[in-house]
Formats: sequence, C-alpha cells, structure tokens
Amino acid sequence: MTVLTAHDLPRDGEKLKGVALHARLEKTWSRQPGLWAWLSDVDHKAIGRRYIVTAMVFLLLGGIASLVMRLQLAKPESGLISAQRYNELFTMHGTTMMFLFAVPVMEAMAVFLVPLMVGTRAISFPRLNAFSYFTYLAGGVLLWAAFLLNIAPDAGWFAYVPLSGPEFSPGKRSDIWAQMVTFTEVAGLCVAVEITATTLKQRAPGMSLARMPLFVWAALITALMTIFSMPAIALASGFLISDRLVGTHFYNPYEHGDALLWQHLFWFFGHPEVYMIFLPATGFVSHIVETFSRRAVLAYPAMVLALVTVGIIAFGVWVHHMFATGLPRLGFAFYTAATMAVSIPAGIQIFCWIATIWAGRPRFEVPMLWVVGFIVTFVLGGLSGVMQASVPIDLQVHDTYFVVAHFHYVLIGGAVFPLLGAFTYWFPKFTGRMMDEGLGKIAFWTAFVSFQLTFFPMHISGMLGMPRRIYTYPSGLGWEEPNLLSTVGAFAFAAALGLFLVNVFVSMWRGRVAGANPWDASGLEWAAASPPASYNFAHIPVVTSRTPLWDNRDALPVMTGLRVDDRELLLTTVMEARPDVREPSPEPSIWPLMSSLAVTVVFVSSIFTPWAVVLGLLPVGAALTAWFWPKGPVTPEPVIE
Amino acid sequence: MRRLALLPLLAALGGCEGIQAIGPRNGAEAAAISDLFTVFLIVTLLFYAAVIAFLVAAYWRRRGERQDGLPDPDGTNRDKPLNTALLVWIGAVIIGLTGLTLASYLTDRAIARSVPPGEPVLSVEIVANQWWWDIHYHFPDPSKNIRTANELHLPVGVPAMIYLKSNDVIHSFWVPNLAGKQDLIPGKLTDLALVPRKPGRYRGQCAEYCGIQHAHMALDVTVESKEDFALWLATQQRPAPAPANPLQQAGFDYVTTRECSSCHAIAGTPASGQVGPDLTHLLSRRSLGAGTYPMTRGHLYAWIADPQSAKPGNNMPVVGLDADQLHAVVAYLETLR
Amino acid sequence: MNMPVKFAGDLTELPTHAYGHRSLTWWGIIAFFAIEGTFFALAIATYFYLAGGEQSWPPAPFRPPSLLAGTLFTILIVASELPNTLLKRAAEKKDLRTVQKYLLAMSAVGFVLLVLRAFEFASLNVLWTDNAYGSILWALLFLHTTHIATDAGDTFVLTGLMFTRHAVEARRFVDVAENAMYWRFVWICWLPIYFLIYWLPRLIQ
Ligand code: HEA
Ligand code: HEA
Ligand code: HEC
Ligand code: CUA
Ligand SMILES: [Cu+2]
Repeated sequence: MTVLTAHDLPRDGEKLKGVALHARLEKTWSRQPGLWAWLSDVDHKAIGRRYIVTAMVFLLLGGIASLVMRLQLAKPESGLISAQRYNELFTMHGTTMMFLFAVPVMEAMAVFLVPLMVGTRAISFPRLNAFSYFTYLAGGVLLWAAFLLNIAPDAGWFAYVPLSGPEFSPGKRSDIWAQMVTFTEVAGLCVAVEITATTLKQRAPGMSLARMPLFVWAALITALMTIFSMPAIALASGFLISDRLVGTHFYNPYEHGDALLWQHLFWFFGHPEVYMIFLPATGFVSHIVETFSRRAVLAYPAMVLALVTVGIIAFGVWVHHMFATGLPRLGFAFYTAATMAVSIPAGIQIFCWIATIWAGRPRFEVPMLWVVGFIVTFVLGGLSGVMQASVPIDLQVHDTYFVVAHFHYVLIGGAVFPLLGAFTYWFPKFTGRMMDEGLGKIAFWTAFVSFQLTFFPMHISGMLGMPRRIYTYPSGLGWEEPNLLSTVGAFAFAAALGLFLVNVFVSMWRGRVAGANPWDASGLEWAAASPPASYNFAHIPVVTSRTPLWDNRDALPVMTGLRVDDRELLLTTVMEARPDVREPSPEPSIWPLMSSLAVTVVFVSSIFTPWAVVLGLLPVGAALTAWFWPKGPVTPEPVIE
Repeated sequence: MRRLALLPLLAALGGCEGIQAIGPRNGAEAAAISDLFTVFLIVTLLFYAAVIAFLVAAYWRRRGERQDGLPDPDGTNRDKPLNTALLVWIGAVIIGLTGLTLASYLTDRAIARSVPPGEPVLSVEIVANQWWWDIHYHFPDPSKNIRTANELHLPVGVPAMIYLKSNDVIHSFWVPNLAGKQDLIPGKLTDLALVPRKPGRYRGQCAEYCGIQHAHMALDVTVESKEDFALWLATQQRPAPAPANPLQQAGFDYVTTRECSSCHAIAGTPASGQVGPDLTHLLSRRSLGAGTYPMTRGHLYAWIADPQSAKPGNNMPVVGLDADQLHAVVAYLETLR
Repeated sequence: MNMPVKFAGDLTELPTHAYGHRSLTWWGIIAFFAIEGTFFALAIATYFYLAGGEQSWPPAPFRPPSLLAGTLFTILIVASELPNTLLKRAAEKKDLRTVQKYLLAMSAVGFVLLVLRAFEFASLNVLWTDNAYGSILWALLFLHTTHIATDAGDTFVLTGLMFTRHAVEARRFVDVAENAMYWRFVWICWLPIYFLIYWLPRLIQ
C-alpha cells in the first residue's frame, strides 16, 4: 500500500476552481441516474424536497377531510355523513395535520435549508436522513391506508384513554393510530439528531453561535425540544399498545393504573409540539422580514433569547390542557402563570419584527404579505391562548369551538402563513425559478380573508356553547349562522390554497428563472446556486458577520482544501466555529430504505402479534449492520499528522 | 362597560340569551367567569390594538420612499430608541400579564368560596355513561333518594354539590349558564359546586369526546323556585302509577317482563335493570335519548321502534316490537309522568 | 457558487478524524443519550406516578422482586466498566491487538448479561398482566433490555469488524471508542432502575 500524503489528493483551491472544480465535485456528489440511485440518494436537498412534497400531500388530504367535516356542519341535524365517519374524519384531520403535516414540514424545511444556511456540503447523518424520510412516509401511508380500508382511528388526535383503550376501542383502529405515532416519532427524532449535529458542528468557519441565522437557531431549539419531548409520546403510545395487545394495565384504573397518566404523558409532548411547529415558523418570518426590510432584524440577542425561553417554558405548561380534570386547583396557578409567561418572548418577537419593518425600508412582496397576515392573525390567536391560560375561563371554553378557533389561528396564522411565505421566498432555491407575483398576491388575499371568515366565527359558536367533536347539532342554539359562515369560508380558503398550488406548478414549469440571490438577501444559502449544486458550495464560505452576503458584496471569503474525490465535510468548533476536522460524509446507500422497510414490517405486524417485535429484531439488525458496515476498498488515511 | 365589551357576542346572540352559552350570568360561577372574561377581553384587545397600530405605522412611515436598492447600510445605528421602546413594551407586557394572572387567580379563589359554609346543600351524584347521564339525588333520609336521567332540577339560590363519576370513558359535565366544566373520570371522584341564581331552563352538554354519540349527550337543567323544586321532588319520589287500561296493561307486562326490564328500572314495578336510564317518570322530562329528541309521542314511537336510527351506535338495541306491542309499550310509557 | 470569492484560508492540514466532542458521531451519540435518557426519566416518573396513587407498594398481595439475579447483574455490569475503560484507552491509542482482546471480553460480558437478564424477568414476582405495578416493572426492565441488546449487538458487530481488513482505518477506532462511551451510559442508566425495581419497595414497606 502506497502512503499518500495529504497534498497528493485532489482538493479545491487555486489549482482547482471554477468549471473544472464544479465538474469534479459533481462527479463525487451528484446522484447517478436510475431508480436504484434515486432510492439510495442521501442528498439533504433531495430528501428535503421529498419530505416537503409529502407533507404537502398530507396537508391536502387533511384539508379535504376538514372540508367534508365542514359540509356536515354547515347546517343543523345534517345527515350527510354518519357519526362514525365524522369521528374518523376529525381524528384523521387532526392526526394528519399535526403528525404528518405541520411537524414534518418544519423538519423538512430544516433538512433542506439548514445545511445551506450554515454553509456545509451535506447534512450530518445523511443516511439517517433518508431512513427518516422513508419511515415517515410509511407511517403516513399506514394511516391513510387504514382510512381506505375503513379501519381508520376514531378517538381524536390525542386519543384519550380509556376511550382508545382495549375495552372501548376494540378492533385495530387505535393500534394503527399508535403505530403511526411510533413511525413519525422515529422519523422526527432522527431529523432532530441530524439538525443538532449539523448546527453544532458543521457551521462555516466564523459562524459563531452569535452569528447563526435565526432560522438555524429556531431549528436547533426545535430539534432539542423534539429530543426531550417526543420520548413522552412514544412511551405513552407504547403503553397504550401494550395495554391493548399484551394485556398490561398502565391506564386501567381498576388494576392500579390511571387514566390521567395518558394525558400527562401526551401533553408533556403535545404542548412542546405546538411550539415545535411555531418556532421554525418564526425563523421563516425573521428571514423574510430581514430581506424585505433591507436591514438586519432588530435586537438579535433578544430574538435568540426569546427562542430559548419559549423552548424551556414549553416544558412547564402541559397541564393547561387538563384544567377540567379536577387536579388540585392550587397547583393550576403555577401552570397559568407559566403559560402566560410564554407571551413575553412571543411579544418580544412580534415587537422586533415590526420594529425591523419600522426601521427598515419595507418592500411589499408576496413573502412579506404572508408575514403581515401572520402578525395580524397569530397575535389574535395568541391572545385567545392567553385567555385559555386562565383556569376559570378555560373551564368554560375548554373543548369548545373557542379552542378550535384558537388553535387554527395559531397553527394556520402562526405556522402555515409563514410557511407559505417561506415557500415563495425560498422557491428559487427549491426549483431555480420564481413564483408568479400576481397569482401570489391573489392567493394571499383570498387566503387571508377567507381564513378569518372560516375561523373567526368559531370564537362565537364556542361562546354560544358549541362543544368540539360533535358530528351534528340541534337548531335553536344560535350555532347555525357561525357554522354556515365557517363552511363557506373553508371552501374559499381551500380555493386560495388551490391557487397557491396552481402557482407552484405553473412557476415550476415556466416561472422566471432566478439567479443565485434574486431577493438580494443576506444569508449563505443565497451564495449557493438556485437550485444549489449537489455539493452546495464549491468552496466552504467564511462568515464574518450576521449578514454575510450584505457585508461581502464584492467577494465572499472562502476556505479551500477539502478533498473533492471523496465526500468530505468540514467540522468546526461548537461555539466559535473554528475549523477543526475534515470528516468523510457517507455515500449513497440502499440500506436506509431497507432498514426502514424492515422497521415498517415489524411495526405493522406488531399490531397483529407481539412476537413480531422479537422476530423482527433479526431483519432490522441485519439491515442496520449492512448499513453501517464499511464498504469499498480500504482507504488508509493519508498521513498528515 | 361589561355590556359594552360583550357587544359583539351579544350581537351574535341575536339579542336573546342562549340556554347553553358562556355569556349569561345565571349561576354564581358563570357570573364570576363572565366578569373575568370581560377583563381579559379588554386587556387583550388593548394589546392587539397596540400591535396593529404599530404595524400600520411601520408601513405608513416609509410609504413612497425608494424601496429597492441596497440594504439600509447604517440600519443598526438608529436602533437606540427602538431598543428603549422594546424595553418599555416588555415592561407593559409583564404588567399586563401580571394583572391578568392576578385577576384569574382571585376569581378562581372566589369561585372556590362560592358555597358558603353552613348553608343547606343539595347533594347530587351524576354518573356518566356512554351516552347518557344517570342522576341520583341523595338525602339524609335514604328513603327520599331518587334516581332520574338526563335532567337536572335545582332550586334557585341553593348551592348544589354535584359529585361526578364515570362508568366507562371520560366525559365532561358542562352547563355553561351555571358554571365551568368538570370531567368525569373512571376510577376517580370529582365534584363541582353549582349555585344557580336565576330560574330558567338551561341546557348542558357533554364536553369531552366520549365516542360515537358524544354529540348526543345533552342534559336538560331546570332551575326553579324552592316550592316548584319541592313539588318536582315529591313527584319523582312517587313510584310509577299502575296501568289503567288493557292497552297500558299490555305495555306494562311487556316492559316489566321482557327485554326492557333487563336494562331499565321503573320504581314500584319488577323492572329493575340498571344499565339504562331510569324510566319511572320518563314523561316528566323534556327530552329523550339525552337530548336526541324532544319528548313527544311521535318521538317516543320512533325511539322505541328504532333507537339506532335516532342515535346510531347508542347502547339500546333495536328490540323488534311488532305494531301492537309498540302501541302498548308507548301507551304504558306515557303513564310514567 | 456564482458569487466572486476570495480565498481566505486552507483546510488541507486539518486532521481527518478526531475523538470525543470533536467528532460528528460523538454528537449524534450524545443526542441519542438525551433521547434514551428522557425515555428512562419518563418511565421512572411513570413509576412514581403510579406508586403515588397507591396505599401499599407493591400493591398487596405482591412481594417485592427477589434480589439475586438483579444484584448479580448489577455487580457484573458495574465491573464491566474496567475492561470497557481499557478498551476505550486502547482504541484511542489505536492499539489493535488490545482492542481486539477487550472487544471479545465485552462481547462475552454482553452475552452473559443478557442471560442474567432473562433470570431477572423471572424474579420480579409479578407478571405484566397482573396489574399496573407489574406492567411498569416489566416496562422498565424491557426498556433497559433493549438498551443492553442494542449495545451488545453493536459490540458483536464491531468485534467482527475489527478482525477484518477494515481494522486499519482510523475511523474504526473512533467507532470503538464511541461504543465504549455508549456502554458507560448503559450501565449508569441501570443503577437508578435497579434501585427502583429492587430496593424502593423494600425501603417504603
Ligand atoms: C402553533 C401552535 C400553537 C401556539 C403557538 C400556541 C400558543 C399558545 N397557546 Fe395554544 N394550542 C394549540 C396550538 C398552539 N398554541 C393547539 C393545537 C391547542 C389545542 C390542542 C387540542 O386540544 O386539540 C392549543 C390549546 C391551548 C390551550 C388549552 C385549551 C383547552 O383545551 O382548554 C391553552 C391554555 O392555556 C393554550 C394557550 C396558549 C398560549 C398562552 C399560547 C402562547 O404561546 C401565545 C403567545 C402569543 C401572544 C400572547 C401574542 C403576542 C404577544 C403580545 C402581542 C404581547 C402582549 C400580550 C399580552 C400582554 C397578553 N393553547
Ligand atoms: C396545522 C394544523 C391544521 C390545519 C392546517 C387545519 C386546517 C383546517 N381545519 Fe383543522 N384541526 C386541527 C389542525 C389543523 N386544521 C387539529 C389538531 C384539530 C383537532 C382534531 C381533533 O379534535 O382531534 C382540528 C379540528 C378542526 C375542526 C373541529 C372538528 C371538531 O371538533 O369536530 C374543524 C371544524 O371546522 C377544522 C377545520 C379546518 C379547516 C376548514 C381547515 C382548512 O384550513 C384546511 C384547508 C386546506 C385544504 C382544503 C387542503 C389544501 C387545499 C388545496 C391544495 C386546494 C385544492 C383542494 C380542494 C379544493 C379540495 N379543524
Ligand atoms: C340492552 C339494554 C337495553 C334494552 C334491552 C332496552 N333499553 Fe332502553 N335504553 C338503554 C340505554 C343504554 C338507553 C340510553 C341511550 C342513550 O341515550 O344513549 C336507553 C334509553 C331508553 C329510553 C330513553 C330514556 C331517556 O331518558 O332518554 C327509553 C324511553 C327506553 N330506553 C325504553 C326502552 C324500552 C321500552 C325497551 C324495551 C322495548 C328498552 N328501552 C330496552 C338500554 C336498553
Ligand atoms: Cu360524554 Cu362526550
Ligand atoms: Cu398547550
């Protein structure tokens, strides 16, 4: 074996740059043609795009479910669909929206954007990333296949026991729900690990924590929240499955178990979950506000602190979903105060965004419109949240349409609006083209107005005493008008989203071709081509400020010397992002898919027999071993020490 | 002031006070919460207005200016006043939140004290079942105890302690005109104090999703004068009257000896099933099937003939009576006043 | 990259692998520690939550678990830290022979522990179907068993790997060092669970 020295290997630098470098890097990083290569792909951009498209398909499915619900509720005593079907629909709607759309789409955006924003060539564990996507897909397919087979879950998106337990939900419906949760947990946790490692270790030289883009901060906090909260739901659904399938008694009050245990575990996850949806959205908003106000976001340290405090407080408020359960009343005071306290960081964020607009030179383009829609809508939803934080008020409005109004204001106003703004904004990075501005404006205004029409009346029907999750209601209680308005609004809203979708397709096909930085934005992702090359950056950028592209208009400082014949990454130190180590990044592999399939077979068959867990160890273990087993020729490291 | 803030809601009510609504102040707790809600509404609307005003101003300020070109080069130099404003804003938010938290806490304590010690207290036990309410009034003299279903009568001004249990899944007891809600949880005993203030007929509804017929788990509530309540109680304490004609007799025979009696109890007859609602004074109630139907002869026919089409999935099976049996059963049930 | 660039430094001289927090996988493993640690913490919280609602613990008439198997297990797993530390040191020195030796030892330890664990399940004196107390005991033990099994499996594979031609790659030694770190986590997690399952019921009786 000949001993190579570090300088014998091809690297980027004076000797290799421009077109030649591009060709060399493409050879190393790009995907081979063919289905097999497509299935083996580990490029974070490809996986991110698949993730996003899949999540949007689930938005569509969940949205269609809600439209059928709205039709049923348009008039009192409607017989359009059966009680059973309605209950399945709202369960499918809530579950799909929360587990298969909102949380994954935010993860997906992070998977696509974070490596670009921190200036690296790949996500930290690219095979894990591919595995995560397939596992998520399997969970979603399981849920909707069950719906088609008429065994959809019907116990609501939080599946309270004992209703979802062995006695009151015979059949497989609740098992399918619980296993779907397991799939999405596994997928979500994998992404969380990747994002954590990528943000901490792969930032471009000079991008100290204090210069990290706000979306990356949001993604990091979200990943950490995922890590500390998702085990709760995994444990809870594990207990549920074992109560149902192997006869344990975790939730059985007659055998020393406890029905409220479920609620504690569920909401210990469920509450942080809503901020795992919201925080990335605030990241989008910060970037859009910055670009279109033509200045950096005001009070960056305060914005970071706001993200961190929301992330922490989120773990201390879960009981606000349980005020009506009759837990000790005095203890509630703590949860009220903690819940209210979240308004302080939220208020800081809102202030800073508006102040940035105030101090900048705002440009009213479509992404910015979505941000304005976001502020107007989210703040209203946040304030109704503050009302619900009060125990006495919540005892009245809990489980009514008032709460339904609250959470659609914060979920759609607070997360979907920024998401649609972010799509418009980063569309050139996804596709290389711009979205149509005129269509975008029409879609925004219809969406904004019809959203209010759909969900504002729900405050009123809630105050008029309408409980949620009822498939029908009598006339004479004043619920007819608000419900009819909501239904009309819902269809208009769907039309608006349809318009958005049309815009996406039309623009993908013949939108204006975008340059690398069409909005003249400041972040590193705009230094990469639109869409970025397989290797993201030809040279690793160096960061000297929070707005690198604005501060280096003439030429971006970069570092050279990464190998180009092998997939190599630069690792930097956690705090200061000083260059530290070069590490190889895994090649494409089919084994993530195979492992995911093996896991799918185990999870799904465990619904039918607990032995699947034991027997499944074998294929899963084999697939994982194949995954991690080093392949190809042995490459002794060049001696450089 | 209070009326003013609730204006939009009242407008939505179309001028009438709902029988199942959060605004009306028909019970002590509901009234306290209504006041608290008004406070919250005013404070939060003020903050909302501030945010919107700031947003509009932020845009208005720069209208007409050149908005393209380079990013503001010295943007951060002018941030001093804004940073100060941020601190002021945080201060205001903290003050606002502290005020709201305190108001909420004080109201909560006041509600906890709303049953003055020493006053005569009515004790009612409510057991939730999928999808109906089993109601027991307990008195010091157990022979005076009564059992009824889906309808609660309360004397005005008398605090009532409601003890809540569940036989199956989690339900939630909620009569918004009187008070906030309280879950009924299997394996636990919870309670709620009601202090009705104004006579009237109200409606409550199960507020925790409890399965296929969660939508049809309503509860009628009558708040009446003490005299009327005593009268009602006396009626309920009487056993069912004997059948007065052959048709009723036939119905009586059927109901007390066939399927019905394995689930339903009728005081003073052999029917003593416990899994369904007590029927002793069925006709004294306002509705049928926990709010599914109003109590009329036609609906009684419909219910007995086919409870599953009225309330699909409920726990009363289709018994399969022929026409004669049906006439007889309804005729008998109609004597249960 | 379409922007003009200026070269500001070169990375050629950087090392291509590193141990501990300088390595990427180390951070991945730390994140998995956090996930699994949260699992255990919540399972333990569940244990206390269920115990908190009871008059007697374990609920009458059940007896606390028998001590023998669990205690042997605990002694062995704590003692295994010795070869584990030696393994980690050898890996950091890239001393292949010693690494191979201790990997074999750790594989044997993993195997024996799994066998002991089977006896532990038998000594709980309660079945998971008996009541919620039984359920949570089995759950705790089951969770930790998957933990042991995963790491033992990983050790078996690594042992095999270090006897192949790949054993010359420096990164394999990093893998071994990180596996040793993981093992530490496995046994540290066990201690509170051991206490909870075997001693707490005896102490509060
Ligand atoms: C993106 C998701 C999201 C977000 C961001 C929030 C944000 C908040 N939520 Fe919400 N919530 C949900 C999603 C979300 N929620 C969902 C899905 C449910 C229902 C689950 C179910 O039952 O199905 C729910 C339910 C829910 C409940 C339980 C209701 C019930 O079931 O009875 C409560 C109670 O406290 C609550 C409170 C809050 C509060 C206080 C905030 C705060 O974070 C809001 C903070 C923001 C502001 C307050 C606005 C900006 C601040 C200012 C302008 C400063 C000035 C303000 C003041 C001085 C007040 N939420
Ligand atoms: C991010 C989360 C999210 C989102 C986006 C939505 C979106 C919508 N929700 Fe959602 N909703 C929840 C989360 C969400 N919801 C949750 C968690 C619950 C609680 C569930 C439970 O109780 O268990 C709930 C419950 C809930 C209820 C209460 C049901 C009940 O309690 O009985 C209702 C009732 O109206 C409702 C309506 C709607 C409507 C009309 C939309 C619309 O905004 C949807 C619009 C979207 C589309 C229509 C799809 C996209 C459309 C196109 C691409 C156009 C082309 C297609 C067509 C024209 C068909 N939702
Ligand atoms: C297997 C048990 C069962 C049998 C048999 C049965 N019922 Fe019922 N019945 C119920 C249950 C449970 C309810 C409550 C249903 C609900 O509202 O969800 C009910 C409700 C009713 C009600 C409405 C009570 C109210 O207050 O709203 C009437 C009237 C009634 N049953 C009459 C009958 C008659 C008459 C028969 C025989 C022909 C009969 N039931 C047979 C279980 C039964
Ligand atoms: Cu009972 Cu809902
Ligand atoms: Cu919450």
